[in-house]
Amino acid sequence: MEGNLAHIGAGLAAIGSGAAAIGVGNVAGNFLAGALRNPSAAASQTATLFIGIAFAEALGIFAFLVSLLLMFAV
Amino acid sequence: MATEAAEGAAHGAEAAGHAAEGGSALAFHPMDQFMVKPLFGHGDVGMFTITNATLWMVVAILAIIGLMVLGTSRRAVIPSRSQSIAELAYGFVYKMVEDVTGKDGLKYFPYIMTLFLFIVFANFLGLLPMAFTPTAHFSVTVVLALAVFLTVTILGFVKNGVSFLGLFWVSSAPLALRPVLALIELISYFVRPVSHSIRLAGNMMAGHAVIKVFAGFAAIAAVSPISILAITAMYGLEILVAFIQAYVFTILTCVYLKDALHPHH
Repeated sequence: MEGNLAHIGAGLAAIGSGAAAIGVGNVAGNFLAGALRNPSAAASQTATLFIGIAFAEALGIFAFLVSLLLMFAV
Repeated sequence: MATEAAEGAAHGAEAAGHAAEGGSALAFHPMDQFMVKPLFGHGDVGMFTITNATLWMVVAILAIIGLMVLGTSRRAVIPSRSQSIAELAYGFVYKMVEDVTGKDGLKYFPYIMTLFLFIVFANFLGLLPMAFTPTAHFSVTVVLALAVFLTVTILGFVKNGVSFLGLFWVSSAPLALRPVLALIELISYFVRPVSHSIRLAGNMMAGHAVIKVFAGFAAIAAVSPISILAITAMYGLEILVAFIQAYVFTILTCVYLKDALHPHH
């Protein structure tokens, strides 16, 4: 097993993916909770749902990117 | 060509040897699939070299032309399969633009439709085995996102003049808070092309890399059934992600366009 500190950093950066998972789950779960209370309004809000998911997910992707940079570019 | 195949076989055998030793060595690197290689010969990749990226972008464009031009050329009242898919795609994007940007955004519908079709076809074609995904490369998505950013910014100034800067001046907030908010809005405006492009490329790259990592584990006999199941599951997820990311890229373009047309909060 070989490696250096950058690899440890890459592993730590991957925690960000889990944080993004919490964020995406929050958005989708709250959407579902709202949608079940008022199903007739749900269809008009799916675009907002996807925008919200995209914003939450982008930050997880940033963490993934940092991890990739540490693995291959440092 | 023959020597290349022989080399590949030798490399494969070597890698299998590593795996058999009980090793953690993967038979191939998960990021190898994103390598841009010249299509003909083995020279360097220059500005005008025809590479596998070029090939798959051309394939995507030809597929779009095939679907949208040939599919709708008969204009049947009862649509054929390809015609109804083309109509569905058109209606889907048209409704998205209308819902998000309003009636006056429909002038820019052709640009948004082009973006959507290119990204969705590049994503889906990249899922074919041995294919190359152009949208997994930052060089491709940054160009797409910067084009959107520049278009929207110039359009905002042309349509609204200096009052486009009202986008940064949140008039509904308390006066003392507005300069701070203006700074935050300004930063978030300039981060837009960054997150817009990295979201698409990062998602595509992450999914493909994960599939390749599982494919590497499939060479180890003890875990190969699990990893084959995982590849199948990830592939299903990737089909979903390929569409959702194209949708998200397009709808964010619509949101930015709406900000340019109606900059006041």
